[in-house]
Amino acid sequence: MAAKIVVKDLSFSYNHQRVLSAVNLMVEADSILGIMGPAKSGKTTLLRIFNRLCDLIPHVRIEGEVFLDGENILRPGLNVDRLRKRVGMVFDKPVPLPRSIFENLAYGPRLHGIKDKKRLEELVERSLRLAQLWDEVKDRLNESAMKLSGGQQQRLCIARTLAMEPEVILLDEPTYGLDPISTLKIEQTLQSLKESYTIVLVSNNTWQVARTTDNVAFLFMGELIEYGSTHEIFTVPKDKRTDDYISGRFG
Amino acid sequence: MKEKLIEKTLMLLAFSAIGALLLMAVFIFKEGMPIIFKVGIKNFLFSTHWAPTKGHFGVFSMIVSSLFVTIGAMIIGVPLALACAITLAELAPQRVTVILKPTIELLAGIPSVVYGFLGVVLLVPLIRDYLGGPGLSLLAASIILAIMILPTITSISIDAIKAVPYSYKEGSLALGATHWQTIRMVILKAARSGIITAIILGMARAIGETMAVIMVAGNALRLPQSPLSPVRTLTSNIALEMGYAAGDHRAALFATGIVLFVFIMVFNVSANIITKRWRRE
Amino acid sequence: MLQRIVKAQLWSLTGFTIGILFFIIFFISIKGLPQITLEFLTSNPVDMGRSGGIFSTIVCTLYLIFVSLMIAMPLGVGAAIYLTEYTRESRLTHIIRFGTECLAGIPSIIMGLFGFAFFVMALGLGWSILSGGMTMSIMLLPTIIRTTEESIKAVPYELREVSFSLGVTRWQTVTKVVLPSALPGIVTGIVLGIARCIEETAVIIFTVGSSLRLPESFFDSGRTMAVHFYILAREGISMPNAYGTAAILILSILFINLSAYYLARQFLKKIC
Repeated sequence: MAAKIVVKDLSFSYNHQRVLSAVNLMVEADSILGIMGPAKSGKTTLLRIFNRLCDLIPHVRIEGEVFLDGENILRPGLNVDRLRKRVGMVFDKPVPLPRSIFENLAYGPRLHGIKDKKRLEELVERSLRLAQLWDEVKDRLNESAMKLSGGQQQRLCIARTLAMEPEVILLDEPTYGLDPISTLKIEQTLQSLKESYTIVLVSNNTWQVARTTDNVAFLFMGELIEYGSTHEIFTVPKDKRTDDYISGRFG
Repeated sequence: MKEKLIEKTLMLLAFSAIGALLLMAVFIFKEGMPIIFKVGIKNFLFSTHWAPTKGHFGVFSMIVSSLFVTIGAMIIGVPLALACAITLAELAPQRVTVILKPTIELLAGIPSVVYGFLGVVLLVPLIRDYLGGPGLSLLAASIILAIMILPTITSISIDAIKAVPYSYKEGSLALGATHWQTIRMVILKAARSGIITAIILGMARAIGETMAVIMVAGNALRLPQSPLSPVRTLTSNIALEMGYAAGDHRAALFATGIVLFVFIMVFNVSANIITKRWRRE
Repeated sequence: MLQRIVKAQLWSLTGFTIGILFFIIFFISIKGLPQITLEFLTSNPVDMGRSGGIFSTIVCTLYLIFVSLMIAMPLGVGAAIYLTEYTRESRLTHIIRFGTECLAGIPSIIMGLFGFAFFVMALGLGWSILSGGMTMSIMLLPTIIRTTEESIKAVPYELREVSFSLGVTRWQTVTKVVLPSALPGIVTGIVLGIARCIEETAVIIFTVGSSLRLPESFFDSGRTMAVHFYILAREGISMPNAYGTAAILILSILFINLSAYYLARQFLKKIC
């Protein structure tokens, strides 16, 4: 399978503290890569490098390269806005914009130039269907998004990312704090999405990683400890630390 | 790229405040400094002889009047303001404070000319009839100013008192002190910097006030002999004579402005330094 | 026991202070409200203000507010956006903030001096609403910058992150997400600016003049309500008219302060 993202010798320091050390991994196209590890291991930082959201942090030092379809996205002069159109992100807390459901989804596309009303409506419906939210909200698209439940809001955020028609979707602990049913729905959504999108999922929940992902990378204190197919890692982990983490001995 | 252009434009706008400040400083100094050099700085600041037609420009009596009026306003206003601040911050239930604090701040919204007017119509006759003198006096100006700066001092003091960590209060009460003892010995001491800032800012406002003072202070060009003497402050002087001043006279008024400016800068900078120290604690 | 005495004293002093406020409003209202008739508001001053109404002064005040805000708003809001969204805390921002605070502390008489020396004389604009508006806008700047900054800072950070993650540029994020959420706070600053324009006197006399005629353009001189009140009171021209003008002044400012307060509450409700 072709590699969508290749990470080469990536190191990241912030405020003179090392957060990632010499990480090397690959994200296969049209698959789900899980990134797991205990808190403060650099998972979120790694994710945010993929869409250059790390630019918002002051006093950082990045070394190494990250290739998206062969192009190094860490090079200076890269058009970050265009990158973020191709690489979307869902955060650990649902953050709807204070607008209607329709407007939440139309926000990004509109600002990228899509003004045609019909096209926007198609886009909105398609994204909501993909996120498995359409049936629940199709009659109230003009209502405020703040009225939705937590699980619905998070699916809205997924739909919002999909409305940009990205190639890669990054998710940072997307089901954190959500009820089991919403969690299940979102995991199902990810499974159906992976046929056409490359997905990177950060999660502290090892069961979720085992259930949902195709490949997994285990990060611990900024270092990549182990990387391989989910089946392999969870049945015969090569590193003791990986084994301990999966067994719940720490983390 | 368009974004860069927007950023540069916004940066220019951000400098507008500094730009205006510099422009102002430059202009006022440009207009006023020559006369100070001409008359001599010692003569300008310390002579009480202000007779523009004869070329005498000594602002000492006005500096003294400004200071006395301000100090008078402090003597009357600070205890009142602190009483309100303590009452609202410590004694009143939250529901009452929420209504009363904005009410006191409303006092700040009343135009200074209205204060001056009421001073002339109500306060001045009172002083004249019961205390003597022409009524238009240092006392009248101090009283009016005290009321005008009350809201400022009260507001900032309330914030300062509220900022004192609750644990101080708890600790003191747990040791058996009464509420008032706690307020006096613990809270006020901890809020000291904030309260001093409030007072200094109040002083800055008082010394810069013009309209109300013109209407009730009497505007006589003499050193004040008693609280009942009519006085002319630095601000009144500028406002009264600017309309018809020319040449050296006008320059001298600008120079008066420079003196005022310096006083206020000193007040504001000290308030700033104290606030920074307060915030750090 | 001592405690009760002290508390009683504190309460009575507070009551006294509030009493002063109410007395002022009460007194002016009693003497001034009867003067406020439709005719008073819509006819021009006659005979130097001895009779007639205050229409031209109302118009002048409104024009002044307009000019001041037209200049102060873009400058102030733009500066605030720059300070909060486009830079981090640095020496530069400290300097800008320091300048803004100094500006806030300058008394109106010195502003009047400056406005007179610069706009009226040096730039040759003469006594005009334009001169007054430009001077006033400098006075409004610190308030607008401060309130705008505070309301922008109150907008949750995550909203910006979401917008950026969708590939939206910084300026678009500011105008489409941040500013709409910060709007009530910004409007509070504007409302406070309006109140300032209405009550200022020293600055206005030196820059706009005191002509009683109805201003027809921004280059005309004129007399605002506050200045009119001052002249009526000082020269003892007409007590009833003075009281009437004072009543209007206080009413408008009360109304404006209450709106600002109400807007602030709305703003807080939105965030929480």
